[in-house]
Amino acid sequence: MGNVPAALKHCLSYEQLTRDYPWLAAWLQREKVRGAFIFPADSRNAITDLPKFVKIVEVGPRDGLQNEKEIVPTDVKIQFIDLLSKTGLPAIEATSFVSSKWVPQMADHTDVLQGIHRAPQVKYPVLTPNLRGFRTAIAAGATEVAVFGSASETFSRKNINCSIEESMQRFEEVVRAAKELQIPVRGYVSCVLGCPYEGDIEPSKVTKVVKTLYGMGCYEISLGDTIGVGTPGSMARLLDSVKKEVPMSTLAVHCHDTYGQALANILVALQMGVSVVDSSVAGLGGCPYAKGASGNVSTEDVLYMLHGLGVETGVDLSKVMEAGDFICKALNRKTNSKVAQAKCRL
Amino acid sequence: VVPLSLSRLRPASQAVAVSSVNPLPKQVKIVEVGPRDGLQNEKLTVPTEVKLQFIDMLSETGLPVIEATSFVSPKWIPQMADQAEVTQGIRKRPGVVYPVLAPNLKGFQAAVKAGADEVAIFSTVSELFAMKNANCSVEESLQRAEEVTRAAKAAGVRVRGYVSCVLGCPYEGHVSPDKVAQMAKHIYAMGCYEISLGDTIGVGTPGSMRAMLDAVSKEVPVDRLAVHCHDTYGQALANILVALQMGVSVVDSSVAGLGGCPYAPGASGNVATEDLVYMLHGLGIHTGVDLQKVMDAGAFICRFLNRRTSSKVAQASCRL
Repeated sequence: MGNVPAALKHCLSYEQLTRDYPWLAAWLQREKVRGAFIFPADSRNAITDLPKFVKIVEVGPRDGLQNEKEIVPTDVKIQFIDLLSKTGLPAIEATSFVSSKWVPQMADHTDVLQGIHRAPQVKYPVLTPNLRGFRTAIAAGATEVAVFGSASETFSRKNINCSIEESMQRFEEVVRAAKELQIPVRGYVSCVLGCPYEGDIEPSKVTKVVKTLYGMGCYEISLGDTIGVGTPGSMARLLDSVKKEVPMSTLAVHCHDTYGQALANILVALQMGVSVVDSSVAGLGGCPYAKGASGNVSTEDVLYMLHGLGVETGVDLSKVMEAGDFICKALNRKTNSKVAQAKCRL
Repeated sequence: VVPLSLSRLRPASQAVAVSSVNPLPKQVKIVEVGPRDGLQNEKLTVPTEVKLQFIDMLSETGLPVIEATSFVSPKWIPQMADQAEVTQGIRKRPGVVYPVLAPNLKGFQAAVKAGADEVAIFSTVSELFAMKNANCSVEESLQRAEEVTRAAKAAGVRVRGYVSCVLGCPYEGHVSPDKVAQMAKHIYAMGCYEISLGDTIGVGTPGSMRAMLDAVSKEVPVDRLAVHCHDTYGQALANILVALQMGVSVVDSSVAGLGGCPYAPGASGNVATEDLVYMLHGLGIHTGVDLQKVMDAGAFICRFLNRRTSSKVAQASCRL
């Protein structure tokens, strides 16, 4: 199998472990009986007792493109975002004010932000990893920003070159500056269901970071299953922990589909009261930690599920598919969306 | 004392959290349909010895049920022409069941002659689908099924029943949950020990799954139901999750997600066994299946078919 992330190892080796340690199976069985907890609901409606409206945050132009190998020209990015602006999507993450040394794809951040036709009622948040990025974003006309934290120390160091504590200090500066200008700030937490370096992540670690970001002033916190290892089980455990510290209405889920679990994880999150979901048109953006594997969940597939559940989104699926079609042609790649794949030859 | 390497192993207890009415089943039986439903929808005809090796590998994974082949006329399904050789050639592992499809009495008789000890029959609520798929009306297909179940009873052979198009039909569109419930009730009464409800074109969502199971479970006990979800619109695992939340504990799947969707060329079909097992184990549900061994069988058949796996778990794991 080669170098398997620690987070996957425990899943693969369950059978092996219970074979090697016979006492373990009995222990797990006892724990299961003692600990199994049941949703406090009294009717089957709770299964599909979901928010009436779910806000979809489209991250294709930023998170999606950031992880695509092909550098997309500025005018194509602008055309892409303009197409998305016509779909009814309420929030479209436009770009990232990060150093172009680190993320060359986002080097044209100012031109993109200034070039797009902003639809009224649509928000265009941009990433601002630090005060400098924030100031550049404001100068370019940003009206909403986002900061990125991690629940894993190792991931924080490897990804943004500092500890969680240090990153929170940077974000505090951004949030303070944003408050003065009345700019809303969205917080992201990555590795909430597993880390490519540390493996399993304790929900309490995630809760701590979420609480800090919320306390700082982030109006919404997006919980990212960065390597897609989460399952409905770990998602439910996580939300159970986080909801004790921040209102469910402030939470969003950002699920990766690397192990095919995204829609099931999103469904469970909705059942537990989450009503904001991040997704990427055409499932743009692979997973940098598992070469060849998929990354972001596709907006089209999320919409298909939500609409099938009678949940309102305000989004036109066929227009999203058009935008997906456009960017896949530009990237010369096949869509990752199953809905798009199913419909393309009919 | 828990060894250090195990300290990260999460107790299964905290995983069984997401049911609204009952806890999720502690155990789920996976019915592996790759060798039949999977291969049947692959373009490349697979030689008998490769099929045998494939099924033998699956027999080592812990999968409790492996659908081996189909006793349908080779005129219709050339892939299954070697039905007798496959049935006779597999090394049956004790404790594992190897059902085969028997669309009519002739197929049933040939199956029993070849040594089959469990068969499956197919039904549908859609007239157009029956006509296009089995070249007969729903009524006629039920008559054929009745003949098979009667003969099976006499021979002491168990029969599993399938209902297709339960969440939508490629020709008729929307399918009424009540119609599905009546069909399930009918074939259950005929003598099928288990009814597998198939979302044949994968158009279902957790909403339509819930409505359908609500109707069907009023007519057939939920522990006799199975779900057979296609992933054509990426909804399979979410649909399966809802089915589990409603008490279903038998799930059909196909290793490597073998078998495209004949109604949407280029689209995917069966849900991948690997992805299903990953979810179930993550939920603390026992399956008895070794995920690594399933991935090995998937890698084997994909290499032969010269195609990429449709399983996301396999894709994520393969380049590491």
